[in-house]
Amino acid sequence: MLALLIRDLRLAVRAGGGFGLGVAFFLILSALVPFGVGPDRAALAPVAPGILWVGALLACLLSLDRIFALDHEDGSLDLLATAPLPLEGAVAVKALAHWITTGLPLILAAPLFGVLLQLPPAAMPWLIVSLLVGTPALSMLGAFGAALTVGLRRGGLLMSLLVLPLYIPTLIFGAEVTRRGAEGLGAATPLVFLAGITLGALALIPFAASAALRVNLR
Amino acid sequence: MSLWEYANPVRFMQVSGRMLPWVAAGAVIGTVGGLGWGFLTPDDFRQGSTVKIVFLHVPAAMMAINIWVMMLVASLIWIIRRHHVSALAAKAAAPIGAVMTLIALATGALWGQPMWGTWWEWDPRLTSFLILFLFYLGYIALWSAIEDPDSAADLTGVLCLVGSVFALLSRYAVLFWSQGLHQGASLSVQSGERMSHVYRYPLYLAMIGFGLLFLTLLLIRTRTEIRKRRLAALLARETRA
Repeated sequence: MLALLIRDLRLAVRAGGGFGLGVAFFLILSALVPFGVGPDRAALAPVAPGILWVGALLACLLSLDRIFALDHEDGSLDLLATAPLPLEGAVAVKALAHWITTGLPLILAAPLFGVLLQLPPAAMPWLIVSLLVGTPALSMLGAFGAALTVGLRRGGLLMSLLVLPLYIPTLIFGAEVTRRGAEGLGAATPLVFLAGITLGALALIPFAASAALRVNLR
Repeated sequence: MSLWEYANPVRFMQVSGRMLPWVAAGAVIGTVGGLGWGFLTPDDFRQGSTVKIVFLHVPAAMMAINIWVMMLVASLIWIIRRHHVSALAAKAAAPIGAVMTLIALATGALWGQPMWGTWWEWDPRLTSFLILFLFYLGYIALWSAIEDPDSAADLTGVLCLVGSVFALLSRYAVLFWSQGLHQGASLSVQSGERMSHVYRYPLYLAMIGFGLLFLTLLLIRTRTEIRKRRLAALLARETRA
């Protein structure tokens, strides 16, 4: 499992753009929003938590097809399926690699974009915590969407239609944590719900995703 | 004699062919009767004539949810017992469910405009119906994207299972997220009278009518799917020979 993780990370780094692309997309989004909404602090601050979370979601979505598509094309996915490692484990490791290459840089960069969007300083820790707790669920659900559409020619648009509705609960609770943090309210309740979704996704989605992969590989 | 015998396509075609005229007649009586009777009810003293939207809105909303549940059960049967009719029935039900959701949303908007002063509000019930509509769209899109029918049935089945969990989760997440404008349940088994009998009985009739309407459309669409499958099999045999 560790070997697979290292291999995936190495591929993402050497293929170029694995780490940086999601963050760059996030930066552009954060720069575009003030152009659309206006540079006013009073207009930006209330929408900042939502924008940051939607941005994280879209940045995550853009890189999903990397999870399985390349391995499917060169046949290494078939090898993984027949390897002694259960396919569920392989799916979880690949989702973890996706999280390390897109989720983690995003979390590290998020405070910077929070400043750009006039997010109140009090909300910063909550933003980081909510992203830290929530983004693993995004990668896991994304792996499921990628597994469903792996055999298709133009799966990208279809995958966004399948995956984005699944992201709704995570988005609601994640943005709620940040918003409550910004307003100085207690944010523990949505945070607990968010953690519940993430843990549930981590426990159950690998089975659904590998079931979908097995169908696509037969 | 067990229920599973009807999973045999030949048997299903026989039985559904015999059932279809009766179910269709019931659907016509129920929908036309319910909606017609509803149209003739007196105006509400506060809502005026707009209250009559309820006879279209509530049955459609009820069917929108029930059809998803039916798809979930059919998908489970397909995944566990591999009965093809079950997968085809789930496929046939999805567009009907999507249309029912759309009817509920559209009539809700038409009703909301005069009553709440807005076409749309990010209310928990409205939002969760929009999310349900998105799930229907994704399900239909996945069916149409995959060529091999068995893989398509498997993948959409898995999607339906995961989607059901997340649709339910979204339902309660949006409750958390926003306070509602929509009223709570007006029809309930154990509670007392919250709705006048004048409106209640035509509404029940319309609900039954919509249920039978769904059954009619489902049977027709499933029969079409089975015939399409037979046609494809015949063509494949022809090209091989």
